[in-house]
Amino acid sequence: MLVFIAKRLAYMAATMVAVSILVFLLLEISPGNVATKVLGPYSSEEQRQIWLEKNGYNRPFYIRYGEWLGRFVTGDLGVSTRFKVPVNDILWNRVANTGLLALAVFVVMVPLSLTLGVLAGMKEGSLQDRAITVIGIVFTSVPEFASAVLVATLFVFWLGILPGTSGMSDGFSLAEMILPVMVLVLYDFGYVARMTRASMAEVMTTPYIRTAVLKGLPYRTVIMRHALRNALIAPFTVIMLQLNWLLSGVIVVEFFFSYKGFGALLLEASLNQDIFVIEACAMVAVFVAVASQALSDIGYTYLNPRIRFS
Amino acid sequence: MSDAASGAATPVLEIDNLHVSYFTRAGEIPAVIDFSLKLEQGEAVGLVGESGCGKSTVAMAIMQYMGANGGVVGGSIKFKGRDLGAMSQEELRRLRGSEIAMIYQEPMAALNPSLTLGRQLMEVPLYHEEVSEAEAYERARQMLSDVRLPDPERVMAAYPHQISGGQQQRVVIAMALLSSPSLLLLDEPTTALDVTVEAGIVKLIAEISKKFGTSMLYISHNLGLILETCDRVCVMYSGEVVEESEVKTVFASPRHPYTHGLFGCIPVPTADKNLRPLVAIPGQLPLPHERPQGCNFGPRCQHFRAGRCDDHDIRMSEITHPSPDHRVRCLRWDELAEDEIATEATEHEPLEPGEPVLVIDEMQKYYPVYDRSIKALLSGQAVRYVKANERLNFDARRGETVAIVGESGCGKSTFAKVLMGLETATEGAITFNGQEISQRPIDSRSAEEIGSLQMVFQNPNDTLNPSLTVGRQIARVIRKFGAESNSETIRARVMELLDLVKLPRDFADRRPRQLSGGQKQRVGIARAFAGNPAMVVADEPVSALDVSVQAAVTDLLMDIQRRYRTTLLFISHDLSVVRYLADRVVVMYLGQIMERGPTAAVFSPPYHPYTEALLSAVPIADTSIEKREIVLEGNLPSVLDPPKGCPFATRCPRKVGTICDEERPPEQQAGPDHMIACHISLAELSLVEPVIQMVKDGEPKPVDPQYG
Amino acid sequence: MTEIAQPLPKREPLPLRLLKSLALLRESGVGMIGAGLVLFWVVVAIFAPWIAPFSPTATLQPMMPPLSPAESGGVFLLGTDHIGRDILSRVIYGSRTVLIYAPLATFCAYIVGIVMGLWAGYRGGWLDDVLSFLANIILSFPVLVLYVVIIATIGASGTNVLIAITFASAPGIMRIVRGLTLDIKTRDYVAAAQTRGESTWWILLVEILPNARGPLIVDACLRLGYVTITIGVLGFLGLGLPPPTPDWGGMVNETRRMATIFPWMSVFPCVAISSLVLGLNLMADGLREISLRD
Repeated sequence: MLVFIAKRLAYMAATMVAVSILVFLLLEISPGNVATKVLGPYSSEEQRQIWLEKNGYNRPFYIRYGEWLGRFVTGDLGVSTRFKVPVNDILWNRVANTGLLALAVFVVMVPLSLTLGVLAGMKEGSLQDRAITVIGIVFTSVPEFASAVLVATLFVFWLGILPGTSGMSDGFSLAEMILPVMVLVLYDFGYVARMTRASMAEVMTTPYIRTAVLKGLPYRTVIMRHALRNALIAPFTVIMLQLNWLLSGVIVVEFFFSYKGFGALLLEASLNQDIFVIEACAMVAVFVAVASQALSDIGYTYLNPRIRFS
Repeated sequence: MSDAASGAATPVLEIDNLHVSYFTRAGEIPAVIDFSLKLEQGEAVGLVGESGCGKSTVAMAIMQYMGANGGVVGGSIKFKGRDLGAMSQEELRRLRGSEIAMIYQEPMAALNPSLTLGRQLMEVPLYHEEVSEAEAYERARQMLSDVRLPDPERVMAAYPHQISGGQQQRVVIAMALLSSPSLLLLDEPTTALDVTVEAGIVKLIAEISKKFGTSMLYISHNLGLILETCDRVCVMYSGEVVEESEVKTVFASPRHPYTHGLFGCIPVPTADKNLRPLVAIPGQLPLPHERPQGCNFGPRCQHFRAGRCDDHDIRMSEITHPSPDHRVRCLRWDELAEDEIATEATEHEPLEPGEPVLVIDEMQKYYPVYDRSIKALLSGQAVRYVKANERLNFDARRGETVAIVGESGCGKSTFAKVLMGLETATEGAITFNGQEISQRPIDSRSAEEIGSLQMVFQNPNDTLNPSLTVGRQIARVIRKFGAESNSETIRARVMELLDLVKLPRDFADRRPRQLSGGQKQRVGIARAFAGNPAMVVADEPVSALDVSVQAAVTDLLMDIQRRYRTTLLFISHDLSVVRYLADRVVVMYLGQIMERGPTAAVFSPPYHPYTEALLSAVPIADTSIEKREIVLEGNLPSVLDPPKGCPFATRCPRKVGTICDEERPPEQQAGPDHMIACHISLAELSLVEPVIQMVKDGEPKPVDPQYG
Repeated sequence: MTEIAQPLPKREPLPLRLLKSLALLRESGVGMIGAGLVLFWVVVAIFAPWIAPFSPTATLQPMMPPLSPAESGGVFLLGTDHIGRDILSRVIYGSRTVLIYAPLATFCAYIVGIVMGLWAGYRGGWLDDVLSFLANIILSFPVLVLYVVIIATIGASGTNVLIAITFASAPGIMRIVRGLTLDIKTRDYVAAAQTRGESTWWILLVEILPNARGPLIVDACLRLGYVTITIGVLGFLGLGLPPPTPDWGGMVNETRRMATIFPWMSVFPCVAISSLVLGLNLMADGLREISLRD
């Protein structure tokens, strides 16, 4: 088991390195563009050349990459061209805010979708199954920006009970968290519920459940002890991977509700060609995604006896 | 727990006129029709039939667990006098697992992969009786040793995937017996296991049921197995029981045409492909929603009389002589002997074998296995070898049928792959039609060479591409082998091939899912013969088919072989079929050849100990045959670490001593063409009693088709 | 048995066979509703110039609520936006944008994904290791983050959106196709093709791919939905097709700041995109139901 964990972490590191190459490639491949982005479109060719020379951009690509990686890993993320402050100063605060948002989403979404999924899968084909499935499909069809518009119209415009933005200008406010969390949960629970349902339905048709029933065990025991143990393995991994999805979803939601999170930062940076912020955000996002994937794999291996003891 | 006071008065199970149907979108489909059975205490009844006959449905109906869309639509099932259909869910729950228990076909699937075996076993007494955890543990552990599992504590703590298939089935049996049920339902309990493992399980079930006095309902498609284990038998066809009586009666004198036909299909030792060939039952099993009016077997019956047999539903008739308690579902059972039926299958002249077409010389196939762990890299032993084929030597002559026999893991599939060019041999030579092909993979062979050596595959459901029509698939093969190139001639050849395998010509436009298993296999055969091959490798071509279909397909292969003098390399684990159609046999175990020679020589003494054990393990559906019992203990050694000496040494009942573990056994010649690889001297081996003997006039005689 | 040479029935023409397979959908109520929704938008997109009451780019009267009459005659059924364009007409024309780009992008992604997946699954070995590693790298990115980074690099335009979507979706498709290939290549009919010497391309395209079509068709429907959403989201974030192309996402972006005062400007494009995606998802669910029933 430990060997597996070690291998998995090594793979994770390799992936991060490859990703960093990709990110660096995309953003800094042409030095001319970098100079323009840093100095602005109105800078002259001469100014750019001087800046490029000064900052070592006329050296070969792999040297630049190596230095960049070195700086990056030791915590020097560069300076934001837009805000003119080190990236570190802006980034981590935003990451924490998004973390809070993510936590709230998980706390609401996980119990909700697991329960609905199990209820649906337990009785495949029944009314409750069809109802839950259709509801899940309907909500997954509404993109976050659309549901943001719709809930905003409902709760802010018509009912007027919730604030329309989540800028948190007066310190933390629970009311301002509700709409962003709601939008994210609404979109995501349907997917997780359906995966859980599929897993549960599959388990219920297995021969070992039949064995359990024909052994004369009470229905509750069959479900709680025999079925869930196997049915919840797949949803667990799906839930871990939702962190990856969440990092996408927050971009839209934070943008819409002006929540000062990591997603909004990335978007603004990309709209304003703030290169070093983009790089830093991309790397953080990928790190979280890859880490959640590794955790998910390790968790799956642990939960599945067939793999854990092979 | 039997009702001691009433003794034999109340039968354990009494099924009366049972009708079970499934309700699908297409309407009501009857699965079991007019099924009646009485099972006394301590009795074992076998339920025999081919796929779709409804035997498993009967078991599910007894358990009252037919799924969302199945239901009992008529008749009653009484367990110890109580009507099961009238019970509440709670009452049923109390019966299941404690009074009525079930053993399943696939033991791995029947066990929960995420719970320890101990836990799964302990649940039975914990929920049905008021016992403590400690007591439940002790009972479970005791039962595990009762079913002969070594090291019960380890098994209690293990998960299902950590033990072998045979051991898993023993655990399932233990689980079923923990609360001493009165009725045991066994649904094909040994079908998924290797033959030698099967023998052990069958013996165990027989012992246990005697010890506990349990009544058994034994469901199987294997008539030989039923003969060995049951007191009475019910033969089912298409949802109905067609014959029912004591086991020996049905086997000695079957009265229903279907039962009679079934026996004609089974390759018993007295059958012979030239002198007494198998007779296939003509026609097809009717689809469940298209059953004929009157007798279900009517359209395929040689004794069919229009106007009588298709008039109305037929009930069971009692046959009073020669033996009592014999029922048959046939209107004309007492008139059958007078009917003039078409003569049984014609005798054939045996084919004279010609020159060797295939010569295998010291062939070896090793697969490297890379151990990527740190330990292996450091110790320098990063590569180990799976010795899939080791020192194979034999040949096959033109027109001959050579069978390769062995259980799973013996290397026969690997050998087929090397022969067909999907792999190349590590060492040694394979000469086919004069060409050395051991190092020539498929892409280096010419179209003619490829067409000359073709294969028939095992699984009929997977042998055809589901997305193309039958005609297009055969046509593609013809085109590929360069036999024809003009579409007209190709079309004609497709028709010719369909005729050859006795399929109607309009099948050319059908898709595989519209064909039955046997029909698909015939297309597979047509495909293999499209290029006029010199040799065809058949890899378990009939194992996945029903008994009656097996006979038809085997018959077809023999027919084609006679016509074209093709050499047939027949790979199988089924000794009965091998004995029937092979001229020569090669017995493999763990990648090595243990014995080879002409069929008659291999199947009579002197035997290699493994051949002896294999022969004894195969159930035989013939009451005049007596069989010695040999049960193998121990497990198959790992292919990564084969023993230095004889591979069979770990399980051999005739093991001589440490020489068997250390030294390779020498190849001894027991006859002009007969080789046995064993340390025991030939003189000793020749003294061994035959495993199978016929009992005629009270005297054991060697088995010979002429006496049949 | 029968040796009579019978004339063979002609194969039915392709369009008829396609229609017959669509008719299968009839067996699923949910699938029918989905197909209906999708069909509705397809019809709207095709007949846009005849259905739309006004030009989608003409600036007429700003900020008119729904059902208010227009000065030039006719009615602004859904109102106008902040610079005076008729919302209904923009929604109608917006369907064209989506229904051209989404299928195109999905199709490109499929071609790339299928080829990569078939080869990786069939050949295995180093090819599989390399392709899977590359796929994992791309799939490690949270999807939108990837899009943001790509578009930040190459700029926002129709073609670039296509490239970005192909780049981001192909690895997922590759994984699915690879999984299916790994399963199918163990079947006997593939072994039969190998033992008669068929080329790898033949085996991939004739033996393996057609038999993987069930799950792939369901996935295609779903993915079309995701891609539609993606195009909408990119438009919403300002990373998609540049204005004045009527694009549902872009419409929401332009009007979102007024969502709390003039909600109708943003609501209708949201309903439009949601209904189209819902149709695709329901169709996918219906197809999955049917394929399971076989």
